[in-house]
Amino acid sequence: MSKVVMTVDDSASVRQMVNFTLKNAGFQVIEAVDGVDALSKLKQTPVHMLITDLNMPNMDGIELIRKVRCLSSAQKFVPIIMLTTESQPLKKQEGKTAGATGWIVKPFKPEQLLAVMKKVLG
Amino acid sequence: MNDSLMEVFKVEATELLSELESALLELETASGDKAVIGRVFRCLHTIKGSGAMVGCNEISAFAHELENMFELVRQGTIPVCKMLTDLTLSSVDLIHTMLDDPDSQTAQKQVKEIISALGRLGSLIESREHSVRTEAVFETQSPETDWAKEVTNVSALVDNSGKLATFRIFFCPNSDIFNRGMNPVPLLNELRQLGECEVLACVDALPDLYELNPEECHTYWSVILTTTASIDSIRDVFIFVEDDCVLKIDVIGEHSSAGDLPSKKLGEILVEEGEVTREQLAEVLGKQKRIGEMLVEEGLVSPSKVQAALMEQQHLKELREKHGDRSAASVRVPAAKLDSLVDLVGELVTVRAGLNQLAFSKKIPELRSLAEHVDRLTAELRDNTMSLRMLPIGVTFSKFNRLIRDLSTDLGKEVILTTEGAEVELDKTVIERLHDPLVHMIRNSIDHGIETPEARIASGKSRQGALHLSAEHSGAHVLITIADDGAGLDKDAIRARAIEKGLMSQNSEQSEKEIFSLIFAPGFSTAQKVTSVSGRGVGMDVVKRSIDSLGGSIEISSEEGSGTTITLKLPLTLAIIDGLLVKIGDAHYVLPLSFVEECIELTGGDAGKAHGRKLVFLRKSIVPYIRLRDRFSISGEAPTAEQVVIVETVDGKIGFVVDKVIGQHQTVIKNLGKIYRNVTGISGATILGDGTIALIVDVPKIVKSSVLEEISQAV
Repeated sequence: MSKVVMTVDDSASVRQMVNFTLKNAGFQVIEAVDGVDALSKLKQTPVHMLITDLNMPNMDGIELIRKVRCLSSAQKFVPIIMLTTESQPLKKQEGKTAGATGWIVKPFKPEQLLAVMKKVLG
Repeated sequence: MNDSLMEVFKVEATELLSELESALLELETASGDKAVIGRVFRCLHTIKGSGAMVGCNEISAFAHELENMFELVRQGTIPVCKMLTDLTLSSVDLIHTMLDDPDSQTAQKQVKEIISALGRLGSLIESREHSVRTEAVFETQSPETDWAKEVTNVSALVDNSGKLATFRIFFCPNSDIFNRGMNPVPLLNELRQLGECEVLACVDALPDLYELNPEECHTYWSVILTTTASIDSIRDVFIFVEDDCVLKIDVIGEHSSAGDLPSKKLGEILVEEGEVTREQLAEVLGKQKRIGEMLVEEGLVSPSKVQAALMEQQHLKELREKHGDRSAASVRVPAAKLDSLVDLVGELVTVRAGLNQLAFSKKIPELRSLAEHVDRLTAELRDNTMSLRMLPIGVTFSKFNRLIRDLSTDLGKEVILTTEGAEVELDKTVIERLHDPLVHMIRNSIDHGIETPEARIASGKSRQGALHLSAEHSGAHVLITIADDGAGLDKDAIRARAIEKGLMSQNSEQSEKEIFSLIFAPGFSTAQKVTSVSGRGVGMDVVKRSIDSLGGSIEISSEEGSGTTITLKLPLTLAIIDGLLVKIGDAHYVLPLSFVEECIELTGGDAGKAHGRKLVFLRKSIVPYIRLRDRFSISGEAPTAEQVVIVETVDGKIGFVVDKVIGQHQTVIKNLGKIYRNVTGISGATILGDGTIALIVDVPKIVKSSVLEEISQAV
């Protein structure tokens, strides 16, 4: 049974890149364009992991992480990786406080993404 | 991949640029509107991020410059002015040009101009921002170094020195790490991949069950790792949790070769760890008891600390033994010697059973304890002897690399082979006899399953087909799986072909499994054309037969369009099988359990209903049966209530009538010897606990000969 990963990003390029990399590695991928979209999709389909951008319209990544960690279902324990161009420790800290599991700084290569996946998903 | 990504980026960037443009125009009229500034900022931010992802570094760096400028606007340090919007608008046009022609020299020149203009604008307002900005420029110019700082060495990296070192790692995560979705297990697994690793989970901090909150982590880990990786790459394993845990990594020994591995006393290790002082140690050492027990009793260390130290000691010891004995690691022994050893052990097992029976009936306590001792030793001896005949299946797997390479070149396909479970051990004979069937199935997968690169791309898959070979233990069996991500089996084609060949009738309803099993029928192939590799329909039936002869079974699952998985279930060894012990007259027989489906009663009524034919009713279907009593010409009267053992082979379901089913029996197979080599219907013998001999029934042979008899009678 392949694991389901949701990629949340307002940029189609990033979504496509994540999707392509993960599909090749045998994951099932669900795409969401922002935090609101992600939350509503999460309620329909449980996922094993979340990869989210931080800067997004409607609901940003930090807010999404916070909302997911407050869910009442088991979904609140899924690993969340934040993608960010900001390497400022402040933004990262904000994400961590919100409950992000790990982070990748954009731009990244497919191998780097997979290595992080392995670290949090096993 | 790059081209398609580039296309997506272009479309996206064009949209973003027009959004940016309208936002900028809006900003001119409503300067200072926070929401509009936010829009501008986000557009630039996304262009920067996506651009870097697809490799448009110039665009990304340029967008970053602009973004910095608007960051200042957003913070309110600089106001929106005509000059800024002008510059940004011309930047929008410039990015358009760069998208169409990334290498344009004029564009690059213009970029420089705009950046310096922005710089002037910035310095006009405040010189302090200038320094902030240049710092930021440096940051985007070297995203690689940035990244390297973040997540390095996540996959097992070996440092350059190649020097072996042993580390003691103490990892105690905060109790709330689950709330951040962190799972410590993958981290420990990552450590295991770095080298020789012992992991001890310490649970002494675990509260009582009624106080335990399952959403909190109370376990901590003590790990001993011998690796060539550097301490930094070990630290990197924990990069995501380093702020949420107590992590202590100490070097406990560096050794270029294993010879100088330190041998440490338990007490020394604990002193080194700072758990006890040397004086305390000396004091307790005076009262001679097991040092670990004593330390715990004294309340100086917790039991898990002692356990961790013991583990460390053991780890180093094993490591030393392993490295030290490498020269004499293996001895070559003729297979015949091994076989005779297995034979002897088999006989010992038999004698043991006899001894047990005697010991229990004689009621002599001394004899009984002796018998139990022999019992245990024999079991250990048997397991050890069997393991001598075991070989890792990886040897066979690695042979297939070449086969796959050659085949896929011949057929114009691209295939990547991945293997798993190469360390799984199987009986030598099983491995030898498994080679040909595996070759057949791999050929099938590549020829029929995996599509050409063009067809794969057309159906949205990656160019290269994946073939996965894996082996895993499952009880007394080993499961070997051959999985491809090809086209899958075409159910309708198989059905059509089966009807054509008269293997099934036009309107019969059959399950997926039954349809798939048709491909094992002799002469069955749905391939349109015959190639040098396959299509003649010889192959899968041979595969099925050889797997049957090994006492194994095959299962196919397939999904059209996404691949086929074939699973072989094989017994660990051929020397011992699970059998069903039955009795006919005074003699015992063993039916291999892998063939047996179920056991039912044969009543007189059944025989009557079938009008003298040998048929039995089994849940509304009719199963023919064979009287083993007749087949083996055993004299004497059959009891009134006989039992039927239903077996299933390639030739169908059939019942064997016996006097009595006794039960399951671990059967050590013995050869019948030269004289009886030509006896059909018996494949071997085994000795029962009381010394009597039970013959092992060759189920497939008997079924086959009965089917042939039936046919010749019908003609």
